[in-house]
Amino acid sequence: MEFLRTYGPQFIRGSVTTVEQTFLAAALAILIAVIAGLMRLSRKRLLYGSATIYIEIFRGTSLLVQVYWIFFVLPLFGLTLEKFTAGFIAVGMNLGAYGAELVRGGILSVPKGQWEAATALSMSPATRMRRIIFPQALFNMLPPWGNLLIELLKGTALVALISVTDLMFVARKINSTTYLSAQVFGTALILYYLMSRGLITPFMRWLERLMARKLGKML
Amino acid sequence: MFDWRWEFVGAILPRLFRATGNTVLAALLGYAIAMVLGLIFALAQRTRFPLVNRPIREFVEFIRSTPLILQIFFVFYVGPQFGVMLSPWTAGMIAIGLHYASYLSEVYRGGIDSVPKGQWEAAKSLSLSPVRTYSRIIIPQAIPPAFAGMGNYLVGIFKDTPMLSVIGVTELMHTANSIGSEHYRFLEPYTLVGLIFLAISLPTAGFLRKTEAKIRHKMGLR
Amino acid sequence: MKQTLFHYPLKLEGEHVPLVRFHKVTKRYGDLVVLDALDLDVKEGEMVAIIGPSGSGKTTVLRMLMALEKINDGIIYVDGEPMTHMVKNSGLVWADDKYLRRQRLNIGMCFQHFNLFPHMTALENCIEAPIQVLGLTKQDATKRAEELLDMVGLLEKAHEHPSRLSGGQQQRVAIARSLAMRPKVMLFDEVTSALDPEVIGEVTQVIRKLVHKHNLTMLMVTHQMGFAREISDRVCFFYDGKIEEQGPPDQIFGDPRKERTQQFLSAVLEAN
Repeated sequence: MEFLRTYGPQFIRGSVTTVEQTFLAAALAILIAVIAGLMRLSRKRLLYGSATIYIEIFRGTSLLVQVYWIFFVLPLFGLTLEKFTAGFIAVGMNLGAYGAELVRGGILSVPKGQWEAATALSMSPATRMRRIIFPQALFNMLPPWGNLLIELLKGTALVALISVTDLMFVARKINSTTYLSAQVFGTALILYYLMSRGLITPFMRWLERLMARKLGKML
Repeated sequence: MFDWRWEFVGAILPRLFRATGNTVLAALLGYAIAMVLGLIFALAQRTRFPLVNRPIREFVEFIRSTPLILQIFFVFYVGPQFGVMLSPWTAGMIAIGLHYASYLSEVYRGGIDSVPKGQWEAAKSLSLSPVRTYSRIIIPQAIPPAFAGMGNYLVGIFKDTPMLSVIGVTELMHTANSIGSEHYRFLEPYTLVGLIFLAISLPTAGFLRKTEAKIRHKMGLR
Repeated sequence: MKQTLFHYPLKLEGEHVPLVRFHKVTKRYGDLVVLDALDLDVKEGEMVAIIGPSGSGKTTVLRMLMALEKINDGIIYVDGEPMTHMVKNSGLVWADDKYLRRQRLNIGMCFQHFNLFPHMTALENCIEAPIQVLGLTKQDATKRAEELLDMVGLLEKAHEHPSRLSGGQQQRVAIARSLAMRPKVMLFDEVTSALDPEVIGEVTQVIRKLVHKHNLTMLMVTHQMGFAREISDRVCFFYDGKIEEQGPPDQIFGDPRKERTQQFLSAVLEAN
């Protein structure tokens, strides 16, 4: 349709921004998830407690509120972020909280015998975690992380509400000038769908196969 | 800079509380729709007719893979394009109801799948009708594993209601935005919104955990 | 933080110092006493078989020696030095994690469920700790590992993952992995209990080799009575957290003095 020819480039540009937001938010989320997840496994109350507070706050409030808060309220505390940054930081911090529980669950799912064998070989806790436990935890974690990354992609749509020019923003803009809502929002929906099922899902499956081979398993 | 004004808090709190009522209402209504619709989706996917289960399956996957906020805009704006005027509330409920119905249908399917195959066979050997089989045998056993997922989505739907503010539903976030633009102060409204959400979602999550444990106990499961 | 000073000897000295000494070792899980003021000496080069009913504390003995968990009372010495305690202000206090890790280098353990690292090949399993903990170069560690894998008869499987190996093969790799750390004491915790009968022989053959050719000090918890009788220097029968009876294998199996020992042995023979 000529609709696509006219507006196609704008949609693509918006999608690129969405992909950028997703990447950056994902990197942040993974970092936070690993750190917070490990802190939640610690026996030191300070580490366990602060991670728990962080996770409960970011899981207990909605992402939209967090996006607004980080963009509109943080400046009052002296930290002004420009909107692109505020966007992916909010999304990353939110989904990192969910990811922390996945990391914790993954580590706990490694059989106890592995911990004991590593201890019996006199490995330090750091070596044990780095070389033995975490690689196995990683494999266990991959399927739920796939879902989380899709949630992350969907979450980035909210940054349009603070005027980041992503796919969602482009769609609203075109809609407000043409009112061809079905075509505009329909195209946007299809593009998000392609990114989820066409990019993220196959990537995760490839990652799972890669890790399975490294673990010598046959999947 | 950072300058919290308690009198302002006092002034806006009543308005925020009223809006909270709307938020809770939206969440519960949306969830009720999702529970029923989700069951229909789940059962439809279990039928043997590919003309029914394939399209529903694809539809559910599509909804789950795309942002709720976009779906809200879609429902709200597409209606008028074809002459159907939807109020913000109606459009919002349809969008959120459909979205969460898709999530719940997956939870239901997981619960139903977790019922051991032997149960179906036993029901068949006793000549129980499909309706009886589902209602008396399968669904009761599908509930405990599904309960955790259902609980999570109840909290989730509540946290997603702010998205309705963008189409003009006067829930909590919308009200905070209005207050913010009226008084040029966002610190207190947004922070209070966050705290109100925490105050509702944390105890709800805790209550759901306890209830799940009780249900498992009552049904004789671990 | 106030630390209790214990007044056990800081070091065991003298001519015939046992390689392992348990002195009044007690282990409790809540109200349950699993080891009850246990005294046990193991001489260098000795192979001690530990038998007894489940719940008697036999596996706990090994786990305490490996410091997988902390004891509640008493003290364990390995090669004259305290294992569970460390010297501080010319007294003994409970050992901290760093000290325990150092002391663990003296001890090697093989588990009932092998616990091989699934994401590494057999060879990688055997070189991992020597590289990471002992600081060996990859070449040296590989050379050592290959010799050990050859000794257990699995050199050609060096590049296979555990999931491709049978139970017996996995257990043999586990033995090689522990030996790669050159421990002074080897612990075997029911290493054949999880194996199919036809592969038990592969593992017992390796242990036999270790006893005859290498004069390693070993403690073996086992249900394989015939093997224990053949291979051990001393047998300890555990009951209720204590050593009920101990002595040379022929005496314990052939002429048990205590009633509980007799009951246990006849029950085991019946099962076979």
